[in-house]
Amino acid sequence: MSTSEQLSEERTGRPEDIKAVPVRRPGRWIAAIIVLVVAASIIRSVVTNKGFDWHTVGQYLFNSRILHGVLVTLELTVLSMAIGIVLGVVLAVMRRSPNPILSGGSWIYIWFFRGTPLLVQLLFWYNIAALFPTIDLGVPFGPSLIHAHSNTLITTFAAALLGLGLNEGAYMAEIVRAGIISVDEGQTEAAQSLGMTRMMTMRRIVLPQAMRVILPPTGNETISMLKNTSLVSVIAYTELLYSAQQIYDVNYKTIPLLIVASIWYLVMTSIAYVGQYFIERRFGRGFTRAERGSVMARWLSFRRPGKAT
Amino acid sequence: MTEPMVKAEAVHKRFGRLEVLKGIDLEVRRGEVMCMLGPSGSGKSTFLRCINHLEKINAGRLSVDGQLVGYRESGGKLHELHEREVARKRAEIGMVFQHFNLFPHMTALENVTLAPIRVLGSAREEARRRARELLNRVGLGDKVDTYPMALSGGQQQRVAIARALAMQPKLMLFDEPTSALDPELVGDVLDAMRQLARDGMTMIVVTHEMGFAREVADAVVFLDEGVVVESGTPDQVIANPRETRTREFLSKVL
Repeated sequence: MSTSEQLSEERTGRPEDIKAVPVRRPGRWIAAIIVLVVAASIIRSVVTNKGFDWHTVGQYLFNSRILHGVLVTLELTVLSMAIGIVLGVVLAVMRRSPNPILSGGSWIYIWFFRGTPLLVQLLFWYNIAALFPTIDLGVPFGPSLIHAHSNTLITTFAAALLGLGLNEGAYMAEIVRAGIISVDEGQTEAAQSLGMTRMMTMRRIVLPQAMRVILPPTGNETISMLKNTSLVSVIAYTELLYSAQQIYDVNYKTIPLLIVASIWYLVMTSIAYVGQYFIERRFGRGFTRAERGSVMARWLSFRRPGKAT
Repeated sequence: MTEPMVKAEAVHKRFGRLEVLKGIDLEVRRGEVMCMLGPSGSGKSTFLRCINHLEKINAGRLSVDGQLVGYRESGGKLHELHEREVARKRAEIGMVFQHFNLFPHMTALENVTLAPIRVLGSAREEARRRARELLNRVGLGDKVDTYPMALSGGQQQRVAIARALAMQPKLMLFDEPTSALDPELVGDVLDAMRQLARDGMTMIVVTHEMGFAREVADAVVFLDEGVVVESGTPDQVIANPRETRTREFLSKVL
């Protein structure tokens, strides 16, 4: 058989798969062993260290006060995020207004609420009565319609909600603004050429598309918010952490109760992850060529949220 | 003689210190197809955008259907129109863009029905029926539930034409409708426009498609550096241009 014949045969027939000796990677093995040793020692201490007191953890995991705390944490998160999102959209739209008072006002709001710590803001709202003993609602510089003492109007709950929600609004404003900017100018022009007003264009065309950009960081914010609600414990509002604190202040089982709280925070953030995936998929409509994948493909992309959409 | 659909008198437009339109005078009669030719940067797209007030003119007068664009004249003074009035007038003018600008989060059908429902207040069922009819007319009857992303450029542009027609406009503006398309997709879009011209729609088309201009246009204007250099029938402007600038441009594109 001549060389040319051999070549032509190889071109027509499929050549054999390559079988090569893989490169040795001792570094990988060493790294893997280190990780395993560290993991094993952590597990060993978790199991053997009496301080963890798993019995107490189990005992308090479904304690009614803890469960109440979980509910309050959820309630605070949902309400604060709702305030934050609505405020964020309003501030972001204001920021883009041609009216300098509106855009400037939005800028100052964001500057103030992003520039001071959330903990300080919460303490401010809690102590607002020291600054404004009474609150009057009515015509500016005119007669007052509602007159109340700050301490009755701004309860701990209201202070918590104001602190978390108003702070979140500043962050959401920037996220929404980034989303609005990401939508092509041509979309606005097309909508306007069809006779749609600015508000209608924003609501029907720009915001729905901006959602793709807004959602992932909003999911992030929600998860942060779930955890940031724990700051409210400093103003003695009985959310999850404060409920745990109240219990260990009495029985001194500090670590087990902190573990109980952590478990619940983990459960809630994990649920938030799943929710985020489904909401993102809803707003990804029209942006992927592929139709809905198999259950397996969805499960895989769900496990790698960064690669979803 | 009836009033022209579009009338421009000494229209000027500046972007900062750059003067893009330096006194455009032209008339588009009802039912007429006018093609605007010219090198890039000559101001043809800007002029088109002035007609539906996407850009404000700085000087001159521009009117559509006998009414000033963007202003109301009373007592010898111009009053700016309220946003809603501007929007109402835009609703009567269809526009097709170079890059289609379909709404990517809506299906073809939703793209076409959105404005009739939200702006004209049409009943949902009626709007959907008409949208299907229009999509059929541009050859996309089978794509009603497809998202723009899954359509070819030519198909997207035809949806965009259907979307504009759904508003039952009295004037259609085309801003280089085939410039972003692969050559083999241009034909279908031009066919849809040809059909529209035959149905008697008043159209202003900014284009580089000389064949289309020759065949379909009733009038052709050649713009360069913000002024109308030459205008007339396709025969006059494309086949027998008088001006050197027109001849130079045509020798490059033909």
